Formats: sequence, structure tokens, C-alpha cells
Amino acid sequence: MTGDLGTALTSGAYITASITKRLSNTLFLAVWAAIIAVPLAIFLGLLAVRFKDRWPDKLISAVTLASISIPEFLIGYVLMYLIAVKLRWFPSVAMINDGMSLGEKLSAIALPVTVLTLVVLAHMMRMTRAAILNVMQSAYIETAELKGLNGFQVIFRHAFPNAIAPIVNVVMLNLAYLVVGVVVIEVVFVYPGMGQYLVDHVSKRDVPVVQACGLIFAAVYIGLNMIADIVAILSNPRLRHPK
Amino acid sequence: MKNIPISALIGLFFTALYFLAAIFAPLISPYGMAEIVGDVWEPASAQFLLGTDNIGRDLLSRMIYGGRTTIFIATAATIISFTLGSVLGFFAAVAGGWVDQVLSRFVDLVMSIPTLIFALVVLSVMPVTVPVLIFVMGLLDSTRVYRLARAVAVDIEVMDYVEAARLRGEKTAWIIFREILPNALSPLVAEMGLRFIFMVLFVSTLSFLGLGIQPPEADWGGIVKENKDGIVYGIPAALAPAFAIATLAISVNLVADWVLNRTTSLKGGRG
Repeated sequence: MTGDLGTALTSGAYITASITKRLSNTLFLAVWAAIIAVPLAIFLGLLAVRFKDRWPDKLISAVTLASISIPEFLIGYVLMYLIAVKLRWFPSVAMINDGMSLGEKLSAIALPVTVLTLVVLAHMMRMTRAAILNVMQSAYIETAELKGLNGFQVIFRHAFPNAIAPIVNVVMLNLAYLVVGVVVIEVVFVYPGMGQYLVDHVSKRDVPVVQACGLIFAAVYIGLNMIADIVAILSNPRLRHPK
Repeated sequence: MKNIPISALIGLFFTALYFLAAIFAPLISPYGMAEIVGDVWEPASAQFLLGTDNIGRDLLSRMIYGGRTTIFIATAATIISFTLGSVLGFFAAVAGGWVDQVLSRFVDLVMSIPTLIFALVVLSVMPVTVPVLIFVMGLLDSTRVYRLARAVAVDIEVMDYVEAARLRGEKTAWIIFREILPNALSPLVAEMGLRFIFMVLFVSTLSFLGLGIQPPEADWGGIVKENKDGIVYGIPAALAPAFAIATLAISVNLVADWVLNRTTSLKGGRG
């Protein structure tokens, strides 16, 4: 146990050195996707609950169901076709390097971030909606409604605080899911990150590199799942004292 | 079987359509799968209904054959994952004690690594052939089925009729297949639809990454991979599989939803 990941079979390069740069690129992509997706998912979830069974709810449900049903790489190509090729708003490949300013980098990764956001948004939003709907059946929500509070007040002041635990759980699980989505998206947009490194070396059968990447991805995934469990315990005092 | 809602009917219709197209692929496809019949990336015309692909093969024929491969692999992997997952899950619930602990903790261990990453690591050391692919996908997914089957079976296992069967002196196999399986079937069938879709997405993703079906065999993920360069020149050939996968996924989901609703209403409308 030294933390030395060894050298790649194909190129002989030190794996640690190649991974550090790529890991920071991947994190850059994932963090931006998370920053956009998390608040948006919670907001849309609340909106869907407020207008339950009316057209905003149905529209949000239909769009998210569709985006769950299509694999990530296809959403990537559809957006690439429409936005990068037809409308020419953003570049179709996401090449970034150190010489670029933050603005240039953001423009380069706009498309992959959008795809990642769409992918996790759907799951997160659906589960947020389910969690809040669950709370909405409680007696104190009916009390709040009978007091004459309007729909949004009931949801924000009374339902949301009690739904935080499941929502945080959902958010963490989906961030863990983001880790996997990133692999495919990086290949689609030729982004110099961990995922592309992994896939390249799987096809070259370069086992040490695959092991190193697998190790890091699994560690991140397990870490995020653990944080989800810990936050659930922190937010619900009843879980702190096992019977 | 009366009163099938319209959404489920649509779902059933399209699911059946895809499966029939997969079974009768050689009969209905206008050209051979690997036959080069036209120019590179010809647009859609009366001769080539969806146009041609990156080396001039008919895209419609490749889509039909590709659907055949994708659906076959997904079905085979789903069968493996369901047989293995549900039998082990029921067994763990019935046996209880350390058997349950060992199986459940092992499944937790496998599930702690993302499926795609796990599959990539395994495929980097195994030869990428169709049987290996089916087994890897089936085994990895059986952990999810195991969790569901065990959760359902634990509830059924405490029922009086199971205890009656035990008192009659029935063996574990009888309890699993004659007492628990019939009662756990409906949630499992609903789950099967979702797992099947997951398999379709999974095999497409692997093929897209170049680690699934190997050329010249066609499959939906592979068609995207072959035609992705066309996107940059504004040729939408790579988007055809997107449409196929999405419609198949949505129609199977509609059927699964209906099965799930039907089973919950049978139990006195819970949920």
C-alpha cells in the first residue's frame, strides 16, 4: 500500500501523473453539471408538486421520462446535432487546455454539461417530487392548508424541511450516478478526462490503467453513497439512536 | 384482460412490433446487413428509406438487424439476471441467518461499484464475445433483482400459508417455487420491464464505447458509433437508433406501469 499506481503497459508513462490532470478536468465538468442540476431539479420538483396532475406536472414528467429512456450518448449526439451543428451556438467537441480562460473553458464544456444535467435532472426531479408528495399526505400539511396558506407557502415552509433528508439522499445518489455518466459523455465530446482515459485503455487491454481508473471511480461512488447515509442520519435525529 | 388502458395498448403494440421485427429481420429488411448497396451517407430516398451509412450500407436494414442483436442480448441477459437474482433472493429470504447475511453482504459489495465501471474492468481482461457480454451483463444486474426479490420474499415468508407449508414438512425448494414465487411474480414482472430497458441501454452504451458487439455485426449502439462522424457534417444517420431506443424504452415502460398498477389494485389498492 504505497499509493503508487504504477506505469501503463502501452506507453510506460506513470499512471499517477496522467491521471492527476485528467481527474481535475473530470471534476471540473462534474462540478459544473452538479451546480446547475441540483437547484434546478429541486425547483422543478417543487413546481411539479405545486401543480400536481395539472399541465406543468404532466409536462415535466413527460420530458423527464423521455430523457431517462434515451441513453446519455444519444442525448449527447442529438444536442450536438441541433445546437453545435445546426445552430452553431457552442463548439461540438469539448477540448480544453491550460491556456484557456474560465469563460472559454465554460463555453467549451457547455454541451457536455447540458447533457449531464439533463441525465441526472430527470432522476433527481422525479425522486424529489415523490419525496415531497409523500410528506404532503401528513396531517400537519392539511392543517397548514386549512389555515389558509397558499400552495407555495405550504410546500416551502411545511413540506420542504421535512423532505430534506430523502432529497439530500437522492441528490447524493445522483451525483454518484454522474460519475458513471461522465465516462460516456467524455467519449462523446472528446473531453480529456478520466472517462476517456479509462475507455481508451480498456480497448487496449491495459490492465494497470483500468485498475487505477476503476479504483478511483469506485472510491468516489462509495464515498458519495456514504455521505448520503451520513447526511440522512444528521438530518433525522431518530436515526441517531438505534433501538 | 379487458379494460386495458390506452397507454398500455400503445406500449404493447410497439413492443410487439419491435420484437416481431427482431424475429423476422431477414424477411423484412430490404437489403443484407453488411451489403454495400449505395454511396456513402446517401440521404433518405424511395430506394433507401433511411438513407445509407458511413460505408454505403442500407441504414434501415442495419437498424432492423441491429435491433435483432440488441433485443436478443438484452432479453438473454434479463433472463439470466432474473433467474439467478430471484432464486438467490428467495433462497436468502427463506433460509435466513448466516446464508442471508453472506449473500446480502456479497451483493452489497458488488453493488458498491458502478455497473458500467465494473463491466469495463471485466471486459478489459475477458474476450469481448456475445456469450461473455450476456453473462457479464446478466450477473452484474442480478444483484438488483436479488435485492428486490429478497425484499418481496421476506414479506411473504412470514405469511401463515408459508408456515403451514413448513409444518406440512415441505422442502425449501417447494416453499420457494410453490409458495413464494406465485405471490412474488407480479412485482417481479413489472421490474422485468425496467431491467430489460436498462439492458438495452447498457448493451448500446458498451457497443458505442466499442466494447460490445464487434463489427461487422450491427447493433443500435454500434450504428451510432459508426455514423457519429456524420453528425459534424449535419448528417443525422446516427440519430436513427436514438429514436428506436427511446420508443422501445417508453413502450416497455408503459406496459410495466400498467402491470404494476394492475397488481397494486389487486391487493386492495395500496399506494
